[in-house]
Amino acid sequence: MRVLMLGWEFPPFISGGLGTACHGLTRAMSEDGVEVVFVLPRAIPSHHSTHVQLVAPVAMSRPGSLRYAMVQAGVPSYRVDEMENVTFVPMPIAATPYDTEQTYAERRRQLEVMEELLGAQLAEVGYEPAADAICPADGPMSGQYGRDLMSEVHRYAHLLMGFAPRIDFDLIHAHDWMTYPAALAVAGMTGKPLVIHVHSTEFDRSGERVNQRVYDIERAGMHGATQVIAVSNLTRNICMARYGVPAEKITVVYNSVNLNGSPVQEGPVAFKRDERLVLFLGRITMQKGPEYFVAAAKKVLEKMDNVKFVMAGNGDMFRRVIELAADLGIGHKILFTGFLQGDDVDKVFRMADLFVMPSVSEPFGLVPLEAISQGVPVIISKQSGVSEVITHALKVDFWDINEMANKIIAVLRHAPLRETLKKHAHFEIRKFSWHDASQACLKVYERARIAV
Amino acid sequence: MATVCFYFQVHQPYRLRRYSVFDSDPYYFDEYKNAEIVRKVAAKCYLPANHLMLDLVRRHNGRFRISYSITGVTIDQFAAYCPEALESFKQLAATGCVEFLAETFYHSLAFLYSRDEFRDQVVAHAAKTNETFGYQPRVFRNTELVYNNDLAHYVEGLGYQTILGEGADHVLGYRSPDYVYMPHGAERMRLLLKNYRLSDDIAFRFSNRQWKEWPLTAEKFAGWINQVNGNGYVVNLFMDYETLGEHQWEDTGIFDFMRRLPDLVLDHPDNNFMTVSEAAAAYEPAGTVDVPHMVSWADVERDLSAWLGNAMQSNALHELYRLEKQIKDRGDPQILHDWRRLQTSDHFYYMCTKWFADGDVHKYFNPYESPYDSYINFMNVLDNLRQRLRR
Repeated sequence: MRVLMLGWEFPPFISGGLGTACHGLTRAMSEDGVEVVFVLPRAIPSHHSTHVQLVAPVAMSRPGSLRYAMVQAGVPSYRVDEMENVTFVPMPIAATPYDTEQTYAERRRQLEVMEELLGAQLAEVGYEPAADAICPADGPMSGQYGRDLMSEVHRYAHLLMGFAPRIDFDLIHAHDWMTYPAALAVAGMTGKPLVIHVHSTEFDRSGERVNQRVYDIERAGMHGATQVIAVSNLTRNICMARYGVPAEKITVVYNSVNLNGSPVQEGPVAFKRDERLVLFLGRITMQKGPEYFVAAAKKVLEKMDNVKFVMAGNGDMFRRVIELAADLGIGHKILFTGFLQGDDVDKVFRMADLFVMPSVSEPFGLVPLEAISQGVPVIISKQSGVSEVITHALKVDFWDINEMANKIIAVLRHAPLRETLKKHAHFEIRKFSWHDASQACLKVYERARIAV
Repeated sequence: MATVCFYFQVHQPYRLRRYSVFDSDPYYFDEYKNAEIVRKVAAKCYLPANHLMLDLVRRHNGRFRISYSITGVTIDQFAAYCPEALESFKQLAATGCVEFLAETFYHSLAFLYSRDEFRDQVVAHAAKTNETFGYQPRVFRNTELVYNNDLAHYVEGLGYQTILGEGADHVLGYRSPDYVYMPHGAERMRLLLKNYRLSDDIAFRFSNRQWKEWPLTAEKFAGWINQVNGNGYVVNLFMDYETLGEHQWEDTGIFDFMRRLPDLVLDHPDNNFMTVSEAAAAYEPAGTVDVPHMVSWADVERDLSAWLGNAMQSNALHELYRLEKQIKDRGDPQILHDWRRLQTSDHFYYMCTKWFADGDVHKYFNPYESPYDSYINFMNVLDNLRQRLRR
């Protein structure tokens, strides 16, 4: 099985769960012997990450393999040690999956600077791309990013159409809306089956104020696809109710988590403190319900004083939430860290007594699984896909700030509750495996190939 | 000789209402829901089952005999929410073919935490049973058949002549539950042990279509009882009364099964029915049974893990019983009554995390979405009770 996979981000360059999910799934697929060409935006200078290497022109590629064919075709590609069967193809694309028109414009400026650096780097490893290696001869020049987000999405489709015919693959697997136009175009051109993987929808991100153009792209993708994968029943129901996709076409494949093998830390961490710490970690946007977290914090502080709330993340509601905390008179009790990654995430988990995910609409929600794997008890909103798979978590409706506060206080007050949650949840997630997700995807592939 | 000894447990807890940390009133119990459940179970089980039993007792002219224990909190709820259920139990009591057993008034685990409290509850329950049904209990069964040597010894000291226990394999080993035994260290006391295979065939497996014996007919079951003839004296069929119509719904045929069974059992001239104390008196004990550790009739483990299996349960129970002295010193009858109703073992059963992820019997009886929710709710109530003591 050879899969052309269209994604948007990959560790260590992640802004959210999509990259983590793509990484886990692709790695398991590679181990399961599936050959994957993973196409993603170019913003990956290799010196940022020692484990990503450029594949040199005469790299150790097995003749007949996908990677060999790509090297032959003059497509610059990367490989990663831990993923034997995966070849990464960076595309000169400026968008990322959570972009809006404003953030896109900013990123475009930054990338145009980086572009030159990358060119030099490619030359260093002895790689000289043909003028038309990536871009079709009649297409826009590489590096000339689209004026706005939508034109960038369509430019991506155009670029991909120039590249796809040069390699041989069985099936297209596309992650989230920005890849759908490209995926549909390649499917139309090659006649290969298309599986789209819905990690989130416009209704999750924007509530009822949907961007009609994004919605239209999502709808076209879901209807044009041979098979649809949804990350939860919550998302599957949205695809059915809001996009009119027939039920039998959608399969739920839950995300998983990679346990790093470290056991739950028993007892207190290295330092003692009499102050409890409650953590919010995620983008500070409407979808994640940060204002409910602040409102619940206010309620908690009416009952107990020795507690602080940490909000780790960034987003378009950042300022509003800070102002809300100040208005409620609890500004001194809430700490904002901005966006965290890598070790800083581990650190903040180790400090936390409790993780809360008050999402208004969360297609899946990987962060609670990370929290659990780090030995932190979790409260999750019932409006999340992850609540379908985790039983040993406290669950609340995102809008029920009284109940959220009630549960936060209970966890902070009662050590036996914390310990039982920690122990059982950690045990529970040990049964999750990305290989199950990989196998489930392979079944969907089979259905898609029969359908075409 | 094969004696069939039916004993039915009748119990409904006072379920707590949703009690948040922001609540401050002293009203902990969900009156509306408790009334609704008692009436629902009465309509599905207590009333039709009592009607059937009354019919069987009359039809067999005293040869069909059964035993019950009804917890104090259930008698109170019948009186408040469903007097007709209480009335029909009184009719059964009046036949003279029905025995009533003693237990803790509040269906509590008090024996594990406080002998004084345990004794008070046993005395209160016996008084309630006497007052309601005109019957002075002589046999004791502890909550959920929780049993060990100490319990038997202590209860003998309270004047009881017979006690019930679970005929678990790890208690009996190669021995059969179909004999009368003596508790280890007892002087005159008798011990009847549940035949869990035959009891659970009715209580748990009756409607299970995956079971190879399904459907269980009265003929088949009577045949199994006849097989005991010669290998034992008494078949102890102990179960929740709610088996009839509530756990096994009417459409499973459970009532028809019970209606036919006595005829078929009595078809064999050597068979009969006895109440618990009649059976205990009829046969010489076959030996003593040594039970140093606590056993119960719950789950496959037959131990305390359904109520004490995790840190939350143990914490909630300890915190609750820690208040005993303060509450008794205080002498406020309402606080005492609230505290005692919090002792009902169901509250701790709801906190059980065994099998929670798989969903099974624990979930079916659980008014909470999760064991964690039930612990949080309970601890909020307990916190309020503590604050009332400080005032």
